[in-house]
Amino acid sequence: MNVTFWNKEVETMSRGGIEQLQVSRMQQRIADALKTPFYQHRLARAGISSPQQFRSLSDMQKLPFAAKDDLRQNYPTGLLAVAMEQVVRIHSSSGTTGIPTVIYLAQEDLNAWTDLLARSIVATGCTRKDVFQNMMSYGLFTGGLGLHYGAERVGMTVIPVGGGNTQRQIQLMKNFKTTVLHITPSYLLHIHSRLNEFKTRPQDLHLKKAFLGAEPYSENTRLKLEELYGIDAYNSYGLSEMNGPGVAFECVYKQDMHLWEDAYILEIIDPATGQPLPDGEKGEVVLTNLVRSAMPLFRYRTRDLAFVHPEPCPCGRTHRRLSRIQGRTDDMLIVNGVNVFPSQIEEVIMSIPEVGTNYMIHLARVGSLDKLTVKVEIYSKMFTGELNALDALKNRIRDRLRALITINPSIELHEPGALPVFEGKAKRVVDEREKL
Amino acid sequence: MAKQVTIFLENRPGRMKSISDVLLENNLNIWAFTIQDRGEFGLMKMIVDKPEKAQLILADRGFACVLKDVLAVVAEKDQPGNLDKLTTALWERGVNIKDAYGFVSPKDRQGICFMEFENPGQVNLEEIIAAYGFKVVSGEQLYEP
Repeated sequence: MNVTFWNKEVETMSRGGIEQLQVSRMQQRIADALKTPFYQHRLARAGISSPQQFRSLSDMQKLPFAAKDDLRQNYPTGLLAVAMEQVVRIHSSSGTTGIPTVIYLAQEDLNAWTDLLARSIVATGCTRKDVFQNMMSYGLFTGGLGLHYGAERVGMTVIPVGGGNTQRQIQLMKNFKTTVLHITPSYLLHIHSRLNEFKTRPQDLHLKKAFLGAEPYSENTRLKLEELYGIDAYNSYGLSEMNGPGVAFECVYKQDMHLWEDAYILEIIDPATGQPLPDGEKGEVVLTNLVRSAMPLFRYRTRDLAFVHPEPCPCGRTHRRLSRIQGRTDDMLIVNGVNVFPSQIEEVIMSIPEVGTNYMIHLARVGSLDKLTVKVEIYSKMFTGELNALDALKNRIRDRLRALITINPSIELHEPGALPVFEGKAKRVVDEREKL
Repeated sequence: MAKQVTIFLENRPGRMKSISDVLLENNLNIWAFTIQDRGEFGLMKMIVDKPEKAQLILADRGFACVLKDVLAVVAEKDQPGNLDKLTTALWERGVNIKDAYGFVSPKDRQGICFMEFENPGQVNLEEIIAAYGFKVVSGEQLYEP
């Protein structure tokens, strides 16, 4: 395997070197943070009034976590550490609740971010000879512009087409012999389904690689895309609060994503207790941005669940690898001390043909115990009219759930269409324990 | 055979009404019905004058419902001992009754019982029942064409 580097010194730096760099950059960020209304207050409460109080990485534990709500409540300038004239870029997301969040970048921050993206792109084996068609949307969303700048810095030929207009995308890929795409997996699947229409076969294109992102997808989807197009597809990880893409990226080995630890401090915590977890254990990803002066953000709780690979990668990079995102903490329920995800329950329900796809999860407290009830709808076409069959169905659902989540749920059968239907984001969990 | 309409219903106020509303709207006549309760839900079983039509309409309204063949057994004269005679005949041949509901037609004093068996086809039920003086009513006799 041909391994190439953008900045070999940093990418293969010793762990000790990385940690030293992290501490010195952390001190700079604390100095920035002390200029913001938000952190003046927060850090004072944590007993931190000067950057010198941060001496080693174990001092991270003294810093308070930050969450999405902090960004919303301090919109627009509560976390801004520089004069607005120093800001060269603003990215903003509206969020599902409608209260926006904003990210500020000074010139040096934009340079550092762009450098991380160049590093990510080169780690996949790309060179300046590649033609890069960026099908991610541009604008306030960080995905399009982030990779655009990174690809330009590598010296690739960049086609900034953005998303949509499949016919034009195919035409551009053919005319300019595009070799690398940045695209959502669902759009890449869609384009494949329409190639015929434009009398194009995958082998008529010159594609070698695709950077996938911006939406959740399974490993099977990645493998399918690689097979359909005969390309290598790379997973990436980023979030606007940490600038956007380029937080972590796969190298040519495609064995999960190197998280650039000179630029970010990665912690994996138990979402229930906030305590750090060892490498290899799944928990919530918590990130600190070390290379953004205009807007410091420490120990940001991403709500993404993943784990860290403790073993080194054959590529020689020393930056630890983050697994693919395994779920979101927003959804996690703690039932009698056991972590349960609605997605696990959904997986079981979807595997049983006698019930419909709508379901509700109900939690109540009975005495000192939590009671989990899963409500499902009978699927009309599979209804036999036999009471025994209905009893057996309930047992089957209960047994499969118990095997997966180790909790014994009650199953309730309902008439088709009886459970609430949600337009947009479904609210399938009713937790009555909160009222106590 | 008679045709029973079996409907899945949640066990809460108004669910039976949702069925009777549909039947009334479509001028369907109920001859007999029973309910089997199972906690949060139950099964409503009905004999109606136009079973196919009833099933189609209910399914169309989104109900989980199916048609099932049941044996309609008639004792021409209502008198003590009819059920005992019937159950003895079935017991002697090891036939297990899965489900049954019966009533007496008040006008002509006939006993009518709708029955479902655990192992139909093992013995000729209609023959046995007929041998004991009962009548098995066929679909043709029961329903108007």
